[in-house]
Amino acid sequence: MTQANRRRALALTAMGSALLSLSLLAANIQAAELRVMCYQDGNECDVLTELSKRFESKNADIKIIIDKVPYKTVVEQLPVQLASGQGPDIARVTEIGGLSKYYLDIGPYLKDRDYWEKNFSNTLSWMRTRAGDKGIYGLLSQLTVTGPYVNKTLFEQANVPMPGPKATWDDWVAATRKVAKATQVDAAMAWDRSGHRFAGPAISYGAKIFNGSGELVVDDGYRAIVQKFVDWNKDGTMAREVWAGAGGSAYRDAFEDFKNGRIVMYLSGSWQIRRMNSQIGKNFDWVVVPNPCGPAACSGMPGGAALVALKGSKSPKEVARYLDFLAQEDNYAELIAKTENLPAHMGLVQKGVNYNSAPEIKAALAVFSADIPRLSPLAYRLQGYQYNRSLMFPTVTRVTQAIVGEMSVADAMTRLSSDMAESVRQARK
Amino acid sequence: MSFIASCFFNLFEPLFRLGQRWLGLSRIAWLFVAPNLIIFGLFTFLPIIINFHYAMTAGVQIMPSQRPFVGTENFALLFECRDHFDLATCNQDLFWKAISNTSKFTVLQVILMMFFSLLTALVLNRKIIGRSFWRGVFFYPVLLSPVVVALLWKWILQKHGLLNAGLLAAGLDSREWLTDSGWSFFWVIFVSIWAHMGFYTLILLAGLQAIPREVYDAAEMDAASPWRTLYRITLPLLMPNLIVVVVLALIRAIQIFDEVFVLTGGGPGSATTFIVQYIYQVGFAEQIHLYGLAAAASLVLAAGILVLTLIQLKLSRAGKHGSKNGSKQER
Amino acid sequence: MRQFFTRTRGRTRLHWTDWLTYLYLFAGLLLMFAPVLWLVLSSLKSEAAISDFPPTLLPYTQKMVMLADEQGVQKLRPLFLVQGADGKPHQMVELRRIGIIATMVDAVHPEQQVKINIKLRTPVREVSVATGNYTGLFAKFNFLQNLNNSVFITVVATLITLLFNSMAAFALSKYRFRGQQTVLLLIIATLMIPPTIILVPAFLIVSGVGLFNSLWGVIWPAVATPTGVFLLRQYMLTIPDELIEAARMDNASEWRIYWKIVLPLSAPALAVLAIFSVMWRWNDFLWPLLVLSKPEKFTLQLALNSFQGELTTEWHYLLAMTVITLVPVTLVFAFLQKYIATGIASAGVK
Repeated sequence: MTQANRRRALALTAMGSALLSLSLLAANIQAAELRVMCYQDGNECDVLTELSKRFESKNADIKIIIDKVPYKTVVEQLPVQLASGQGPDIARVTEIGGLSKYYLDIGPYLKDRDYWEKNFSNTLSWMRTRAGDKGIYGLLSQLTVTGPYVNKTLFEQANVPMPGPKATWDDWVAATRKVAKATQVDAAMAWDRSGHRFAGPAISYGAKIFNGSGELVVDDGYRAIVQKFVDWNKDGTMAREVWAGAGGSAYRDAFEDFKNGRIVMYLSGSWQIRRMNSQIGKNFDWVVVPNPCGPAACSGMPGGAALVALKGSKSPKEVARYLDFLAQEDNYAELIAKTENLPAHMGLVQKGVNYNSAPEIKAALAVFSADIPRLSPLAYRLQGYQYNRSLMFPTVTRVTQAIVGEMSVADAMTRLSSDMAESVRQARK
Repeated sequence: MSFIASCFFNLFEPLFRLGQRWLGLSRIAWLFVAPNLIIFGLFTFLPIIINFHYAMTAGVQIMPSQRPFVGTENFALLFECRDHFDLATCNQDLFWKAISNTSKFTVLQVILMMFFSLLTALVLNRKIIGRSFWRGVFFYPVLLSPVVVALLWKWILQKHGLLNAGLLAAGLDSREWLTDSGWSFFWVIFVSIWAHMGFYTLILLAGLQAIPREVYDAAEMDAASPWRTLYRITLPLLMPNLIVVVVLALIRAIQIFDEVFVLTGGGPGSATTFIVQYIYQVGFAEQIHLYGLAAAASLVLAAGILVLTLIQLKLSRAGKHGSKNGSKQER
Repeated sequence: MRQFFTRTRGRTRLHWTDWLTYLYLFAGLLLMFAPVLWLVLSSLKSEAAISDFPPTLLPYTQKMVMLADEQGVQKLRPLFLVQGADGKPHQMVELRRIGIIATMVDAVHPEQQVKINIKLRTPVREVSVATGNYTGLFAKFNFLQNLNNSVFITVVATLITLLFNSMAAFALSKYRFRGQQTVLLLIIATLMIPPTIILVPAFLIVSGVGLFNSLWGVIWPAVATPTGVFLLRQYMLTIPDELIEAARMDNASEWRIYWKIVLPLSAPALAVLAIFSVMWRWNDFLWPLLVLSKPEKFTLQLALNSFQGELTTEWHYLLAMTVITLVPVTLVFAFLQKYIATGIASAGVK
């Protein structure tokens, strides 16, 4: 290199490093940035963004960035990210027990722990997986309940009366079959392709889920409901393609079939209310009915997405402040009302939330709210159990195989038990 | 544009001159291969070694350091069967179902695809107007992404899709194509042939066009029938291309994933679950990530492909000898 | 002239085999293009028309009429055809519907309201292209961003691929050095490795290097393509060594030889590799799926897949997006088809 060139190179290097150090300096003076990974069924992330802006105006040193992602990302990629040390500060997750080892305890940073304990007690335990754990890891952005939607217009057209609140699944099957025949729709009902959805009727039919030592078990009650479900799929009561149309444990919902009037009854949950309203609109009248009964209970499954604080966060104090803001009654009530969901805040459950919604939505929310006390304690326990996926995912895989005739129900149950046992064993390692 | 290019050139020239002085002419080649090798090393070889580590450890952690060593337990799990002749009794029945599905699929798909590719290449080799247009017609689906291809056909094969509409209009029965075990397998084969046939047709066509006219003229003078020409002259001369094409198709067929994943998701049940899908399900899709098992299964898959490649090398060497002999004989 | 059109098996008439040939070709045309055409047609249908069965060829939507009800509220209301008492079909507008009975008025005499069972009416349709499917994509979803990401990845990855692969091919074709065979064998061996077996560890490495959720995390692992090295090497082998020797005698550095002599001479092979690379990177799916989780970083294929996910199957948006995703590839195909074909052919033959 010539002298001139060398000097030029030196000058460039000097300038470059100066710029670099300036920018690093600038970065440190910036506000604390919280990244929130959020998925939405309806408008949860949008409402969260609104509330976050208000929080930012009151807390100028914190910036909140809400990343709207598809549900698949939270289910499949977030665990991998967290395991490799990456990930956001807060995430809206549904596998509450399963990701617990990545949660950050914000308890020490909260101003009023008792407020949290008092109002969120029944769901805080879902985030605690070790015995004696008293940590506070996040809050549920809503409580969800599974339950059936029914196409009332089809019932009217068929001139069949809808079964009452104490009706069993068999009653509903009979009624919807009549309606389907009369109105010539494809199938009488469909359940989402999900072990979580399946658990509600399973518990109602007497599945004990847990054995004496607190381990998962596939017992006669579970076997009974599986047999019924497989039979219903085979005789055309259930829309076969919902479960049979996929492999493995991939999640599928039957919303499209219900929306297009191809099924009479649809077992899903309270998070679908807004979608029902916006996509079905006035095409037909849809209503929510109480969970049908079985010999043991008339139960659905509780659930809900939780906004959890994650360990990799560089700003735990700010995370605590943000989540505390959301947990305050007025903010939480606004979140619930605008997203048209059920509250996990016990105080609000008592008081009732003032929904500013269409009458159909209000009616649906009322029925779901009334179903909350009917939830079996087994349902709460299963939802909060750390390895509940070990039961739910193989259920989907093996029951589907029984439906398509790859194996008998008995074989499917044996396989299900061994899959479940292996999965729990590996998860414990 | 050329300014940027010459800047780039000038940036590296002194570096290489220096390297040349140091390393000498023959070893300067390493400098050229280096970038490629670094990327290979980092993103292909290193992962393979780590994959071995995954295969020998258990648990659901992704960080290798947090996984307990279990030796060959994962492999034992894969191969454990009560009755080794009845695959349904195996511990990992889905793994063996995937292997059996993949084998059936590979054999059927490759045979059918070779047939249609060869047929199309022969047709395109004839004197037709606008050959490059027709060639393009068959090649177009190759360019589409697997997701697009699968969605396209899913849209047509739905219960309320175009195919059923056509069948009903013609007075035939409609069916739920993708929820029937037998038919979904058929459609997976069909869609993958539809999407990839053009690629192999092109290679075979080039091979056909490389056969000199004189050979055909000589055959015509000997009053050879078209079938004889095809069987005795064309096919032997095309053999090297055919072998390349068959092996490429085999290797690709074994690894099929994207289209099937979007089209049927492996269903119904496990009817269209192939080996890569099994690995994806065990390692990624299910919430309890059994990375060890997935890694072990993937190593079994890699071993299978290795065997195939070795067979190809053997065959292509034999093929080269064979075709030389063959063409000599015909003279 | 006539001979041009009927040039066949050496005769002036079309032989029966020629009829078969053209039949086969036209059948192939139908089979290859009809599905894509159906996709495009379907993407122009409104959401309601899409779930119609049996499906119509052209996109229809229900006709809407601006009418005021008895309270004077003006808004668009759906139009139906109803069998009147006189046996003739009447066009009627729906004011409201409760259960299975709809309150309807005659479009011509809007004062008289009639209650009609919804089973006894059919909607009036008109052809209407649902461009909303496309515009909605850009408005509702961050589609432009996804497009940019795909373009960025494709262009940058192709440039780097061309550079790295040609360098390696140059080394492997024009030099003899120790370990050359091993390197060549290693590169070919990578062709055989299914990407699945390196997914999890490769992901670990990418995040370890800090490239998680970065477009570069998609680019870097993908640029060392064994096919590319192979293709270029085969081509460079045909470049006469004398040219290179002569340049060396003129005291040119190896880099200069590579840049000024070998690269320009390899232009046709480079063009083919460029086209392949564009095709591969544009259609990449599984790897970007793992590396990119922030939606603003999604490529088009990822965005497409996230739509066909479990919770929402909004077919009208999905179809529109699919069409947009295949447009660039179609353009490449239309203009560069010849190069692609010759490229593959030469690769296969060699």
